Amino acid sequence: MEQLLLPAIDWLAVLPVGLTSILGLVLLALGLFVDDDETLGWITLIGLAVTAVATACLAGQKSITFNGTFALDAYALFFDLLFLVAGIVVVLMSMTYLEGTGIPSGDYYGLLAFAIAGMIVMASATDLIVVFLGLEIMSISVYVLAGAWRTQLRSNEAAMKYFLLGAFATGFLLYGIALVYGATGAFRLDRIATAVGDTPNRTMLIAGVAMLIIAFGFKVAAVPFHMWTPDVYEGAPTTVTALMAVAVKAAGFAAFVRVFLHGFGGLHADWSMLLWVIAALTMTVGNVLALAQRNVKRMLAYSSIAHAGYILVALVASGAAGGTAALFYLLVYSFMTLGAFGVVAALGSVGEPNETLDDYAGIGFRRPLLGVTMTIFMLSLTGIPPLAGFAGKFYVFTAAIREGYYVLAVIGVLNSAISSAYYVRVLIAMYLTPGAEEHGRVARQPYLLTSIVVSAVMTVVVGVFPALWMQLARFGFLSL
Amino acid sequence: MDHVLTWMTFLPLLGAAVVLCLPSRRPGLIKRVALLSTLPTFALGVRLFAAFDRATTAYQYVDRTPWIASYAIDYFVGVDGVSITMVLLTALLCPLCVLASFGIDKGVKGYFALFLMLETGMLGVFVALDFFLFYVFWEVMLLPMYFLIGVWGGPRREYAAIKFFLYTFAGSVLMLVAMLVLYFGAAPHTFAIPELAGRGAVFDPRTQQLLWLALFVAFAIKIPAFPFHTWLPDAHVEAPTAISVILAGVLLKMGTYGLLRINYGILPAATLDLAFWSLAALGTFNIVYGALCALAQTDLKKLVAYSSISHMGYVMLGMAAFTPQGINGAVLQMFNHGTITALLFLLVGVIYDRAHHREIAGFGGLAGVMPVYTGVAALAFFAAMGLPGLSAFISEVLVLLGAWQRHPGLTIVAASAIVLTAGYLLWTLQRVWLGRLDERYAALPDVDARELATLLPLAAIVLALGVYPHAVLDLIGASLGHLNELVRAGAAAGVAPR
Repeated sequence: MEQLLLPAIDWLAVLPVGLTSILGLVLLALGLFVDDDETLGWITLIGLAVTAVATACLAGQKSITFNGTFALDAYALFFDLLFLVAGIVVVLMSMTYLEGTGIPSGDYYGLLAFAIAGMIVMASATDLIVVFLGLEIMSISVYVLAGAWRTQLRSNEAAMKYFLLGAFATGFLLYGIALVYGATGAFRLDRIATAVGDTPNRTMLIAGVAMLIIAFGFKVAAVPFHMWTPDVYEGAPTTVTALMAVAVKAAGFAAFVRVFLHGFGGLHADWSMLLWVIAALTMTVGNVLALAQRNVKRMLAYSSIAHAGYILVALVASGAAGGTAALFYLLVYSFMTLGAFGVVAALGSVGEPNETLDDYAGIGFRRPLLGVTMTIFMLSLTGIPPLAGFAGKFYVFTAAIREGYYVLAVIGVLNSAISSAYYVRVLIAMYLTPGAEEHGRVARQPYLLTSIVVSAVMTVVVGVFPALWMQLARFGFLSL
Repeated sequence: MDHVLTWMTFLPLLGAAVVLCLPSRRPGLIKRVALLSTLPTFALGVRLFAAFDRATTAYQYVDRTPWIASYAIDYFVGVDGVSITMVLLTALLCPLCVLASFGIDKGVKGYFALFLMLETGMLGVFVALDFFLFYVFWEVMLLPMYFLIGVWGGPRREYAAIKFFLYTFAGSVLMLVAMLVLYFGAAPHTFAIPELAGRGAVFDPRTQQLLWLALFVAFAIKIPAFPFHTWLPDAHVEAPTAISVILAGVLLKMGTYGLLRINYGILPAATLDLAFWSLAALGTFNIVYGALCALAQTDLKKLVAYSSISHMGYVMLGMAAFTPQGINGAVLQMFNHGTITALLFLLVGVIYDRAHHREIAGFGGLAGVMPVYTGVAALAFFAAMGLPGLSAFISEVLVLLGAWQRHPGLTIVAASAIVLTAGYLLWTLQRVWLGRLDERYAALPDVDARELATLLPLAAIVLALGVYPHAVLDLIGASLGHLNELVRAGAAAGVAPR
């Protein structure tokens, strides 16, 4: 009998995912004994912080393990740190938000850790099967998280919807992988990259690539695969929404960029046309539909669709400039979106979501800190310099123009102009609309406010000094 | 002195930070600190005015450090004759506006902090020599303005603020695209405006014209040129007095300044191609249209707002002449309009504070109860009319002289429109200040010392420049001569078929 050969494993490469998985297991177990939500929150926080520090210490390492299917490179590290920092911010938000919701925090934080482990796998995967594994680890955790608030009907609805549609997307992913395998005979991206040039089954390959676009398009909420987004984002607990809008989307793009710019780089001429259309649609539909929203959380859901469109523009542009711009955009998008959802969470309370624009009336004067930070987030999302959102858009459109996609760049900036209308509407509500007198005392929200302030500070810092962060993104992308 | 422009630009921002740290319950202190933070910038401006080398065409007081190195973006500031004139105007108007805002009693801290941020933004636009930096300051200005109109404005402030925001933002995204295209057209890629000079020539004429038009729309919205002007009356009517002054005195100039700095400097061939329709003809139309609209107004502030549209038309016409008189007259008109309109808006503010309305028909005979006020008002109105001996006369005559050599037909129309200007101004003077006094206003107090302190410096400048325009003309002459040559040479080089 032939002996099964186990490949040598570089344990260093799996350190981030290993640590987060262990954290998840510990949390699940502790959840049974520890009743105090705050303690569990702190444990998660410390666990994620330790993982982040350990991950940062791996900087400069480059290795590929598990028989060439799992990479440790600057690209993976960039995303790992992004996921971990986003995770930390989300945990901070949750430590305030979970109070009184009855969500069991052991399960909640445990699933959060597993979701992040899945994302890390996606960012490191250099093999389509491993991409699938990561995607499923992440998705299943997030399906549950979306429905974590069991007593809320809309949370249940969100989880159900996300799960059903997500299952379809998974089907497309697997079918796409199968077709690509059929055409190229490989799962590994480096082998696919060499095989795409001379495959006899070009039609099969293109069909497979199209299926993968659908699957990734679903995960990053690109039009026309975005239908689930508003309902799920609105229904899920706000902290989970923040996680979905930021980390899940970033993980989707992490795999998307690696698979397409690395594996299918040779097919750029074929898929870029399709992505061009999807990018234009995503920006336009996202922004136009956001205009019609009165519910801020739902509006942010549409806005997150639109921002996926901007990142797709960078993907279409491709090349070093496009790839770097996509990574950088994800970085800035993460902070401003986390912060915006943080403010939404801060204004709500159990039983009173306070999510409509009317609820925001006069907030700027009643809660000055939330007013100022929300102003920063809205303006950054609009793309006003010197905030981070502008730097992100600047690099994306620069990349598009450099590669000659003038029309797409113009569609992009016009969309920026459209988007200003609904972002500014939040400012109008906060500052220009007279609001009701404050009824009752505002609950103390130290953790939540910390997360918001951190996001705001990062939004400003990255905006004013983008060079360093851009360098990181560049370093990450070039390590592919 | 090192980094003088940087200090001038960012000292107000520092002041804003200080204001934010002061306790809200001491509005008096906040107001004084705000005034104090605008004064060093003004003092440095005066020094600059004295020390500025009027003979050279090079940029002076240049300050340059890399900012985002991978895109060759620099923090790059400096002034030439045109920008220093605008910097001086801004540095002059800001202390006066802070003084004029002492009556604000709602959200004092926020108001003055935003105002000081606005000053930094405005100065930044004028001193920036890196297109990217220019764009950043251009957008930075947008926000304080939005809130100043939106929070401290009149009854329809919300509508006015969002209209202002959307118009300007829509224009600036077009500028962004044009900026990026220009960046990639230049080899090596750069955003530095002096290095981009004439670089538009690498594109074919059609692309140059498209770029020119994209930039033109962004700037025309600010000027504001018909048909992009509709935000202006709304914004002016709703804005508090001092903000109207800044809006008319400084922000409108950014449109024409941007045209001179960016369109003229970088795309000279397209400038020559498109100037007739988009600047000369449209400018003349603005003159007539603004004057006719002003004639029809019943609200004193709206009348001044439309008169601004009319007067900015002269700037456009003068710019499009490509003669030394025309272009010098245009920039002088920018400065003069800045001071005269500021004066007019301050005067409207004075009466509004007392009567709480601005209906022209509701007044009459104010000369009897407010003699000093009436005196200053008469000076301002005559200056706006272009009476000889006052500043606007010189600039309008220069514009018309310059324009005559190239666009005689339009010049006749523009010159005739002065009759309309005289019409709406004299008619207003008559209805508000002369005639029978309304009983309700019999006890109105005349201007107090603070108000006089805001009015007199501007009145003095209007008088002084009417007699000695060389104070400004000497500043701008060399730079504008150079720019004019550049535009003509750009076309003569045959980069675009005529």
